[in-house]
Amino acid sequence: MSALAIHVDGIGLFGPGLSGWAHACEVLAGRAALELAPPQLPSVDALPPAERRRVGLAIKLSMAIGFEAVRNAGANPAQLATVFSSTGGDCDNCHNILETLASADRAVSPTRFHNSVHNAPSGYWSIATACMAPSTSLCAYDATFAAGLLEAATQALTSGQPCLLLAFDTAYPEPLHALRPIPYALGVAMVLNPQKTAAARAALTLELSQAAATPMRDAGLEALRASIPAARSLPLLQHLAQGGRSSVVIDYLDALNLAVEVQA
Amino acid sequence: MTSALGAGLDPTLAALRARRSGLARKRWETVDLDTCIGETAGLDALALRADLAAFDCRNNRLAQLALEQDGFMHSVRNAIERFGRERVGVFLGTSTSGILSSEIAYRHRDPATGALPADHDYRHTHNSYSVADFVRRYFGLRGPAYVVSTACSSSAKVFGSAQRMLASGLIDAAIVGGVDSLCLTTLYGFNSLQLVSAHPCRPFDVQRDGISMGEGAAFALVEDAASAVPGDIVMTGIGESSDAHHMSSPHPEGLGARIAMQAALRMAGLQAADIDYVNLHGTATPSNDAAEDKSVGSLFGANTPCSSTKGHTGHALGAAGGVEAMICALALRHDFAPGGVGTQELDPKLNCRYLLANLEQPMRHALSNSFGFGGSNCSLILSKRLA
Repeated sequence: MSALAIHVDGIGLFGPGLSGWAHACEVLAGRAALELAPPQLPSVDALPPAERRRVGLAIKLSMAIGFEAVRNAGANPAQLATVFSSTGGDCDNCHNILETLASADRAVSPTRFHNSVHNAPSGYWSIATACMAPSTSLCAYDATFAAGLLEAATQALTSGQPCLLLAFDTAYPEPLHALRPIPYALGVAMVLNPQKTAAARAALTLELSQAAATPMRDAGLEALRASIPAARSLPLLQHLAQGGRSSVVIDYLDALNLAVEVQA
Repeated sequence: MTSALGAGLDPTLAALRARRSGLARKRWETVDLDTCIGETAGLDALALRADLAAFDCRNNRLAQLALEQDGFMHSVRNAIERFGRERVGVFLGTSTSGILSSEIAYRHRDPATGALPADHDYRHTHNSYSVADFVRRYFGLRGPAYVVSTACSSSAKVFGSAQRMLASGLIDAAIVGGVDSLCLTTLYGFNSLQLVSAHPCRPFDVQRDGISMGEGAAFALVEDAASAVPGDIVMTGIGESSDAHHMSSPHPEGLGARIAMQAALRMAGLQAADIDYVNLHGTATPSNDAAEDKSVGSLFGANTPCSSTKGHTGHALGAAGGVEAMICALALRHDFAPGGVGTQELDPKLNCRYLLANLEQPMRHALSNSFGFGGSNCSLILSKRLA
C-alpha cells in the first residue's frame, strides 16, 4: 500500500492578491485577475492582548489560514492535530536577531528569542485554540508544501483523526533576501480527514511519483508557484477551486514529486 | 552518535559508566559569557566530503562526524541494497541548523551595500532543511525527506514521522535522529531569558540554576519492528502533545508532558510500572525540572529510577531527543540505568527517584522525555526484544 486516500474538509488561503479561500477561488478559476500586493490579514483576536503584541507576520499568517480552514470545515480546532510547514518561519525576526548578534551589544530580546524557534507559530496556535493535540513543524526548503502534505496525511491516516496542515512562508529582508528571494508571504491551510463526512469538499489520493510537476498556465500564478515554497500548492488548489475529477503533480524533491488524484 | 562525550557509542558508554561529564568552562567562538559548554571535539578541523563542500558549516560537520561512527554507513548501504534508494526516507531534527554561518556572515557585510559575503551559502548551511539534504545526498537517497524543527523535542519527534511513513507504506526504512551545534543565537538567547548557568548544569539539584549548552548528533536506521531479532532495541512507544500554555515556560503541573508519556505507554501497550528507567528532559532550570518532576511523579510514583544526562552532554537542544534515545539504547543493551552527574544535593521538593549513581539492573523498557519551547512534548519508549 503506498497511495494515501484522504478527504479535504476545509481550506484557508492568504497570499498576494489572494484574500481568503472564497476570493482565491475566483482568481484560481480565472474569473478574477491576480493583483499582486502583500496579503491583507485579519487581526489575531484569538490571542490574549499580551501575546498579540509580540507576534510577527508568520504567526499572523498561520492564524489567518488556520482559522479560515477550520471555519470552512466546521471543525473544532481544540481537537485537531497540526502540521506546520515553512521554509524560513519568521524571517523578519531571524534577520533582527542576526543583526543584534553582529552588533557591539549582543543582548537579544527574550521575546525575539522565543519567537525564533521554527515551531513558534505552532506554540501560539496551541495557546490560541487551547489545543493539546500533537503538533509538528517542518522544513524542506523548496519542498516544504509537499513535505507538510505527506506528514499531515500520514498523521491523519495512522491516527484515524482529522489533521490540520498549515504551510506558509514569509520573506526575508535584505541582505538574506538576495540569497532567498521569496517575493511575498503566502500560506495555505487544509483540514485533512481520513473519514468521509458531511464536511468533505474533495477526495485526494496521494502517491510518490517521478512525473514532472504541473505548472500554472497563468504567468502571474506560475511566478508565485516557482518563487514561494508554499505556493507549490497552487496547481492542487486550482483543481480544488474548479471542481471535478483531475490529476496534478506537486513539486517535492529533485527527482521525487507527489502525484495527486483530485475528486472535488 | 557524537556529543561532548566523544565520537561514537564506545566513548559515550565509557563516559556513562565512569559518570564523566563533557562540560567544561571555556571560551568558544567570540562568546563573552561566563559559562560551561559541552563542545564536540575536532569540528573546526573537519573537512566535509569534497562533493558536498557547499554544505560546509559546523552543523553538517557534526553530522558527518556522527554518520561515520559505529558502522552506521554500512547499515545504511545495506538498507539501500535491500530496499532501494527510493524506499529509504530521511527525517532529522534540528533547532538552529547552520545558523552560525549566517551569524558570522552578518559580521562581514559589505560596508557600502550591506550585502553578505559572496561565498555565504544560505540554502546549504543556515536553512533548517540543510542537514536532511546533506544526509540524503551523502548516501545518494531518493526517498521522502524533511526536517522537524520543534525546538528541543525535534529529534524525538522524527521517530514519529518515520513510524507514520513506514505504517503508510511509503518507505521501508528511514534515517532518523538529529543534529544541533553551538551557535550565538541560542547562547545569547537563553542567556537573555536568564536560563544559562555559570556552572556545569545540576539537574534536580536544590541549587540548580540553568542549562549548560551542548551540541550533538545522533542517527538511527529504523525499519518495521517485525524484522527485529532478540537483543535488538525497538522503538515501541511514541507520544506527542502540546502544552497550550506558554511559549517558553512549561505547564506548571506538567500536564502536556503527562499526556505525551501516557500516549507513549498506550502505543507500547505498557503500564508505568513496566518502565525500568526514565531519561528525563531534566534541563536544570528551576521551573522545567519542577514541572517534569510533577508529571513523572504523577505517573511513575517515587520508585522508578530516573536521571537526566544533560549533566554529561549539556543540552544539545534539537539533537537532545536523538542523543538521549541512544543513551537509553545503551542502557538497555548493557543493563544499567545511568546516574546523573553534576547534581550534588537533590532538591527535597522533588519526588522522583533521581539516580546519583549508576544502577546495575536488568533493563527491558526505557522512556525518554524531550520537551521544547512552544510547549512541544515528545516521549519515546525503547524496548529490548527478548528471545
